Amino acid sequence: MKRIRQMKRSTRNSWFTYTLVVAAFAVVQLLRTFQDGGIGAMLEGQLIPICAYVTMAVSLNLVVGISGELSLGHAGFMSLGAFAGSAMAIALQDTVALSPLRLALAMVFGAIVAAVLGFLIGIPVLRLNGDYLAIVTLAFGEIIKSIVTNVYLGVDANGLHFSFLSNSNELADGGAELIRGPMGVMNSQRISTFTAGFILVMIALIVVFNLVNSRSGRAIMAARDNRIAAESVGISVTKYKMMAFVVSAALAGAAGTLYGCSQTTFAATKFDFNTSILILVFVVLGGLGNMWGSVIAATALTILPEALRQFSNYRMLVYAIVLILVMLATNNPTLKQFFSDLFARLGGKRAEKGGAAE
Amino acid sequence: MNVMNFLNYLISGISLGSIYAIIALGYTMVYGIAKMLNFAHGDVIMVGAYICFFVMSGLSSAALPPFAAPILGTLVAMVVCTVLGVVIERLAYKPLRQAPSLAVLITAIGVSYFLQNAAQLLWTSSPKYFTSVVGNAQLTLFDGRLTISAVTLLTIAVCIIIMLALTTFTNKTKMGKAMRACSEDKGAAQLMGIDVNRTISVTFAIGSALAAVAGVLFMSAYPSLTPTTGSMPGIKAFTAAVFGGIGSIPGALLGGLLLGIIETFARAYISTELSTAIVFAVLIVVLLVKPAGLLGKTVREKV
Amino acid sequence: MKKMRVLSLAMAAAMSASLLAGCGGGTTSQPSAAPSDAGTQASDSGSSTATGAAFKLGGTGPLTGDAAIYGLAAYPGAQIAVDEINAEGGDIQFELRYEDDVNVPETAVNAYNTLKEWGMQISLGSVTSQPGVSTSVLANEDRIFSLTPSASSPDVIAGKDNVYQMCFSDPNQGLASAQYIYDQNLGENIFVIWKNDDVYSSGIYEQFVAEAETLGLNIVGNATFTTDTATDFTVQLNQAQDAGADLIFLPIYYQPASLILSQANQMGYAPTFFGVDGMDGILTVEGFDASLAEGVMLLTPFNADATDEATVNFVTKYQELYGETPNQFAADAYDCVYAYKLALETAGCTPDMSAEEICEAMVATFPTITLNGLTGDGEGITWNDQGEVSKSPKGMIIENGAYVGMD
Repeated sequence: MKRIRQMKRSTRNSWFTYTLVVAAFAVVQLLRTFQDGGIGAMLEGQLIPICAYVTMAVSLNLVVGISGELSLGHAGFMSLGAFAGSAMAIALQDTVALSPLRLALAMVFGAIVAAVLGFLIGIPVLRLNGDYLAIVTLAFGEIIKSIVTNVYLGVDANGLHFSFLSNSNELADGGAELIRGPMGVMNSQRISTFTAGFILVMIALIVVFNLVNSRSGRAIMAARDNRIAAESVGISVTKYKMMAFVVSAALAGAAGTLYGCSQTTFAATKFDFNTSILILVFVVLGGLGNMWGSVIAATALTILPEALRQFSNYRMLVYAIVLILVMLATNNPTLKQFFSDLFARLGGKRAEKGGAAE
Repeated sequence: MNVMNFLNYLISGISLGSIYAIIALGYTMVYGIAKMLNFAHGDVIMVGAYICFFVMSGLSSAALPPFAAPILGTLVAMVVCTVLGVVIERLAYKPLRQAPSLAVLITAIGVSYFLQNAAQLLWTSSPKYFTSVVGNAQLTLFDGRLTISAVTLLTIAVCIIIMLALTTFTNKTKMGKAMRACSEDKGAAQLMGIDVNRTISVTFAIGSALAAVAGVLFMSAYPSLTPTTGSMPGIKAFTAAVFGGIGSIPGALLGGLLLGIIETFARAYISTELSTAIVFAVLIVVLLVKPAGLLGKTVREKV
Repeated sequence: MKKMRVLSLAMAAAMSASLLAGCGGGTTSQPSAAPSDAGTQASDSGSSTATGAAFKLGGTGPLTGDAAIYGLAAYPGAQIAVDEINAEGGDIQFELRYEDDVNVPETAVNAYNTLKEWGMQISLGSVTSQPGVSTSVLANEDRIFSLTPSASSPDVIAGKDNVYQMCFSDPNQGLASAQYIYDQNLGENIFVIWKNDDVYSSGIYEQFVAEAETLGLNIVGNATFTTDTATDFTVQLNQAQDAGADLIFLPIYYQPASLILSQANQMGYAPTFFGVDGMDGILTVEGFDASLAEGVMLLTPFNADATDEATVNFVTKYQELYGETPNQFAADAYDCVYAYKLALETAGCTPDMSAEEICEAMVATFPTITLNGLTGDGEGITWNDQGEVSKSPKGMIIENGAYVGMD
């Protein structure tokens, strides 16, 4: 206990997050193994998407929370990862028999594709700031969506076939269509597992925490807090912002592959502005720069719409109300004070004059 | 390139653009003063269109002079939307005045979900076919080879009137002065005795009334009304507002028109599949050359 | 600050946890979740289940969001059939539950899993194609028989012995449309406007073009739109006019189609418009000026204006309960439930059988039955063992605001 107190706050924070994720994983695995009927079909089916969304939230938090740039196109990187990764997984079907290895290779490929594009997009994007940067990321997200919608990719004995806008791939017998334009990927390989998802979340956390707690991470935060001051002490703001952006894109790409390889079918329209916004909601709700907050918020908000099924037609209405109320409860000074007092009273301690001391 | 076709495309670009422009006016006004991206703006437009639709179809059997029903419909829609805008502002945005802007953004998204789903429960998801407030009248040129619909002319006229009215309002009236002060510096405005909360509420009221007008004109031009009608033009108008320089009122008009024209030309001369991508690519290029939009003020960074 | 975050998150977590618990425990008290305002109708379905146990019939469809019109047509259609069957009080009784999938495959999987937890024995699959592909794979693995009312992509049934369709598949519609246009010699120069980001539309388009080539029809061009650009169609119409098209094929749903019709009218351009089953519903759009659709032709399995007793009965009930005229989604879903009744009777299934037993019985029975339903013509509806439906589409033309048979 004492040692925990003596730890640096950032170290404590990261270890808390790791413990949280490992514990959640262990509990779920135990329930799945020992409880009769597991955790129920509904939750079971959501495990992998939750891992993907958690990774997305953590990676977006790196850009929005740590680097301080509002990105509204994060789903675009997920899309790239999902399509590139699942195409890779199908293409490797015969060469790599072991499915976890195939998934790992696909994820690496998805991450690389997303990272390369993240770098290319980062060049223009990071020259801007504020809301203008936000709209340019939104623009790139939409561009990725409409381009991917028109990609046709097939594979047969003669190799890969690619066409754009209309399907002119003539595949030999035994060939498979990997990406079918507007229809996206049909009958993708469902090789993602919960364990793979857990490992990806852990990797994402380790990468992000190590980056944040390194010299580069401090440079990124310095650039966020005061660009001019950071520049004046010789920090190359663009370089460090780019670093955060590319790492975030790569993680999103890997999350996309995890997601793509867990779904039977997905199309480019899935990764639209609304999905980008959804991930941003996870990040803001969990707290900017707060990784375990992102983990919990992504999990809770992914389960929430499903948990609200008992409201039948009022489901999404209730979801909207909960979202607004939670935002108000966490951000309004009066409400915050109220809850803080309540919390303190319940805890039997003196209320810290918190709230205002952000 | 066929000249007549070119003109036709230009006209449809302008008519689409005028719709984006009128929505962007409301966006930009709220952004300029409250400094928040009100993602629920598109959904207020949808509510306005529904209100006008129901008033007009309720009055369709009554014996009224020809323009009474559309005018009444628009007025009722404006009143309802103003009230709605003020209520939303009070309940959802005002408590977050001191909060980081991202928190308000997310709340606005929550409000947007709420309005869409409430509309679906109230008015079902079946599309309604909106009757144009000015009928199907149109201006015909060159022996009918070129047509401009009355809705387009009306929309452009309304856009210009609103633009002038807003500019006059913000420049000449006391309230307008207060708004400009708030947009510059809320804290300083408060110290000067300006009621910042009230000013922002009035901004929302005006923005929502504009949304109702935009909804009516939007539906008159493209008459298919569903609960999700507002979300797509909402994003497009946001883009238009940034294009023209967010916060700038003439910028919204210019941005909207250009966006509509670029979209239409991209569709006509390049590719119908990729028109959205082309619009956004142009936007990116413009922002790289003019990082604050076409008419936006470039704020010098102070050390 | 820090503390508050902990607290609020804990609150959010607790809130969702309690909801989860409520959900798990509350399934028995689940009201039959009648669509929108059908509360009264749903309540008497409970009282009339005299024979006790009922088959648990589940389906997913978009009940909220952009595509909600389709889910909110299919669900009431199925509900009417279930209520009718339960009111008769025969051996076959149903308990119907629809879950919202927002037209997203991922959510559809969640909806399907919710139904599976509920104990679904037979499934109505999904209403729309993309979710249909994902739920049908699961239904195939879980051995739950699935008959989808309107998920028309061939990928929904491909390679799955226990997934059947009530609607025509998309390629079949493209094929039938091309043949119909060829046979009736409806147009010399054909232009296609289709929706580029939609599975349904692109499926029909691809097959239509292929078949038109075989038949030697002259396609002078095509243009697309997407969800983001589904407002202004003047460019596409101008292109069609420039290309000299006298027939425009619209493999799209009726909402964008209504905009296309009105904009063509504004331009003073009047080619023949030829639609597919998605066009059905255009006349029921509130406030739509039917004269715009004058002369529009479409191939549809269902005609709400038909005068046969079954259709009149269904349309009247639907209008009474939901205040709208049913479209083909509702009719297909209605037929699905009756197809199940027929097949379950034929196979002698009882509600105490497991989903898997019922599934095997259905797989054996479905290719043998012939259903006389609302959709299809007098020949009845049959299926092959691949799950493909065989019923003939009706060629309709809109005259004076009503469908008139073309043959």
